[in-house]
Amino acid sequence: MHPAPSVILFTTLSGIGFGLLAFLGLGLPVVTGWLAFAFFAVAYLLAVGGLLASTFHLGHPERALKAFSQWQTSWLSREAWAAVGALVVMGIYGAGLVFLDLRMPILGQIGAALSLATVYCTSMIYAQLKTVPRWNMPLTPVLFVSLSLAGGALLAGAGFLALILLGSAGCVQIAYWVVGDTRLKRSGTTIESATGLGHIGSVRAFEPPHTGTNYLMSEFMHVVGRKHAAKLRIIALGLMVLAPVILIMSPFNYVLALLLAAATHLAGVCVSRWLFFAQAEHVVGLYYGKR
Amino acid sequence: MTQLPETTQRKLGLVIDLDTCVGCHACVISCKGWNTENYGAPLSDQNPYNKEASGTFLNRVHSYEVQPDIGAAQLIHFPKSCLHCDDAPCVTVCPTGASYKRVEDGIVLVNESDCIGCGLCAWACPYGARELDASEGVMKKCTLCVDRIYNENLPEEDRVPSCVRTCPAGARHFGDLGDEDSAVSQLVAERGGMDLMPELGTKPVNKYLPPRPKDTLDEIDILAPLLAPVAEDPKGFMGWLDKTLEKL
Repeated sequence: MHPAPSVILFTTLSGIGFGLLAFLGLGLPVVTGWLAFAFFAVAYLLAVGGLLASTFHLGHPERALKAFSQWQTSWLSREAWAAVGALVVMGIYGAGLVFLDLRMPILGQIGAALSLATVYCTSMIYAQLKTVPRWNMPLTPVLFVSLSLAGGALLAGAGFLALILLGSAGCVQIAYWVVGDTRLKRSGTTIESATGLGHIGSVRAFEPPHTGTNYLMSEFMHVVGRKHAAKLRIIALGLMVLAPVILIMSPFNYVLALLLAAATHLAGVCVSRWLFFAQAEHVVGLYYGKR
Repeated sequence: MTQLPETTQRKLGLVIDLDTCVGCHACVISCKGWNTENYGAPLSDQNPYNKEASGTFLNRVHSYEVQPDIGAAQLIHFPKSCLHCDDAPCVTVCPTGASYKRVEDGIVLVNESDCIGCGLCAWACPYGARELDASEGVMKKCTLCVDRIYNENLPEEDRVPSCVRTCPAGARHFGDLGDEDSAVSQLVAERGGMDLMPELGTKPVNKYLPPRPKDTLDEIDILAPLLAPVAEDPKGFMGWLDKTLEKL
């Protein structure tokens, strides 16, 4: 799949933003006044910034409101509802903390649940697609939610909890890669089943339908960037999990270490998300003899 | 609505004969011509006269080489367009309701004024039947020439999809695949019409007729008897020469 920067930015930033909102909603940490304002501002910048980035890849962003209509079947529509719900509930909850010094725990818990539901819906947009076997597995939502929780815990300054969540997110990430690498093969979809010609013999794409490129090839067949996948996986894991863990445990100034850890974590998730798209093979590629 | 109908009254679709298709791409051009001038946004081209030429097409013809275990490889031309699936994954993923499957005839269509161009339906389609038009920013797909097949302003013989009307080899057939007695259904039954990627559970309406088995003729070679070795087991001088050369 084509790793579009708008979608990578969207899933990375809003994932961490909603993760932070979830922790704020649960009262980890309990903040009020200006400190609460700062925390909520960061969370909203990340979550809303990510959502805005996602509209850049739309052909007609001015019609985006229509995307709320099909929540009965479409995960994209459900995501829109969950995101708006989370932002509104957490907005009321945050306003109470910032301006009235008032904590409404139930509202916060609902907001936290809606925030994580948003991340879950985002992941299901990918996980539902049978056409991309690497995404079409339960590990995809587990990966998105665990990364969101780890990033949220890190930004919330949750200390030991952040360490545990970072570690488990790292394990999920490794499992996702190991299992993901086998998915296309195990899906049973081949150029033979795609063309229905397998009963005659082995099938090879002889001529594409045209001499140039097309939408399908640029959107679904990203082959070039997979060259350095193994190195990028190590880089992603290092930036996303190892560096933040070392920084948090280091004896430096805690706030400074936390900021640095958050920055490397964000960069690592970006790399991981790039791989998430670049390594995903859409079965339409089989018609072109590509993966 | 993006909820798929339980059943459709008819299942209009195409039957494509891979045995007959000669790979001339006339259906591709005819499709582009009709659909750029009629229903919905035109099918745009980008840099049509330059190096990186690309454009939106609703029908494309691939060519595959199939190598049997014994015998020569076969070249098979393979036209591919929307299969108007019964369980169309492109419809249910649509967040706006722009994509829908019609109850009356099963055609899968896009309401372009509702399409936000998110591309998710193209992601959900395993066949590459949907293309986002680069200049209009909306999703384009085969309409089964919905503006031809019911068009009473056209002569009756023209009320079929443009690709079917144009095919010089008669490799494309149009009809109701929900009706067991229709010509297309009988063709499918007779020739063993097949689904593409059946394992994905999309239940395509369009069917493909596999190439007929190649003829196998007994080899007739009039020179063969004359070319047989004269002596299988040489004797005399030739026998000595054979043994000596063998030893060297």
